Amino acid sequence: MAQLVATLASTHHPFYLKATTMPPEQQMPQAAEWKRKIEAYRETLARTKPDILVMIGSDHFHQIFLDNCPQFLIGKAPRYDATFYNEEREFGIPKYVLEGDEDMSGFMHQNLMDQDFDFAFSNELKIDHSIICPIITVRPDNDLPVVPIYTNIFAPPLPSPKRFYNLGRAIRKAIDAYPSDKRVAAIGTGHLSLELGGPRQFMETGPDPEFDRQAIEWLRNGDIDAILANVDHESMAKSGNATHGFLNFILMLGVAGPEGADYVDNLDLFHTMEAYFTWYPKETAA
Amino acid sequence: MSKYYVNKFLFTVDRDPEYLKRYTEDPHTFVAIWEQSIGPRLSDAEMSTVNGFTPQERNALINHDYVALFEMGAHFFLNLTLFIGIYDEPYMEKSGPLAFQKEFAAKLQHWVGKDYPSVAT
Ligand SMILES: [Fe+2]
Repeated sequence: MAQLVATLASTHHPFYLKATTMPPEQQMPQAAEWKRKIEAYRETLARTKPDILVMIGSDHFHQIFLDNCPQFLIGKAPRYDATFYNEEREFGIPKYVLEGDEDMSGFMHQNLMDQDFDFAFSNELKIDHSIICPIITVRPDNDLPVVPIYTNIFAPPLPSPKRFYNLGRAIRKAIDAYPSDKRVAAIGTGHLSLELGGPRQFMETGPDPEFDRQAIEWLRNGDIDAILANVDHESMAKSGNATHGFLNFILMLGVAGPEGADYVDNLDLFHTMEAYFTWYPKETAA
Repeated sequence: MSKYYVNKFLFTVDRDPEYLKRYTEDPHTFVAIWEQSIGPRLSDAEMSTVNGFTPQERNALINHDYVALFEMGAHFFLNLTLFIGIYDEPYMEKSGPLAFQKEFAAKLQHWVGKDYPSVAT
């Protein structure tokens, strides 16, 4: 059976590449520290020598729109184009082509259906920055095939936090059941407190630093009970109108299981708290 | 109210450099053309007949009025990203990085502490 070798959950910041590659005299003061933290985080994946990446993100109305809006979707294609025109324009993110793994996508889709997660699927999926940002940060060589999974964190009504956690658990079971000797890493991105297009956007900190601090502790301790007792759609909206990206962290904790993280780091950037977590399955911890 | 159609406007214009240029330069003309031939398009062969803007929605789009759009419940991400596409550079040249984003936030300050208009469609 396939072996899950690492679970990574992080924020995704579309300006990382631009912020750390512009001429040094124009870079923000934190750029060097940001780059150091990202490179250290990248090593938490590299040391596990993965063969395939199961990647969880959320389309930002790039491929998916309100005329046809799935809650959960899996990509099943031999290859995936990535980066839309408006992402190049706004963030300076280059275009990529990601290799797919149709066999594993197909297996995961069937297995998740068998676990009562009725996934939508796409045979022609163009990937946006929710999945390209982690390629840029933790696997910039883009040398591994991916199984992309998209969740809806954007267009209400959204699935519950508990549903996201249970989906993570189901994804973990599907990976564990995949008949292959491949080493699989699961990588998901979301947000802590975040405001976009509202009165609390682009402040010195994220819109709710107290939530950010608390959320990092919950994830550090793998405390799913505290998360489910304290976080719902309303509380997330109070912490910032785009805070629902935290649902993907809850999902990733489901993949890892309710355990303390093996690696935790964070960085207070203008308007957002960046956070980086890695879990190693206990039986394979290096 | 046709929140969906307002979002469709923001979505189709944000993802197309040619539409973005026309909406930036002459929003009045572009919104009229969009309503006639771009908004109703479902595919090369299929046109929808069921959507339209209210006068308030049309005016908000013509006036680049992102405050009114926020208050109508247009999706916050689309409403931000499209107007960043139009105003980020000119504001940056005049007043430095994030000047437009900060003005956008300042104009919505009366919503702090309140429930924002729902973006559900
Ligand atoms: Fe995002």
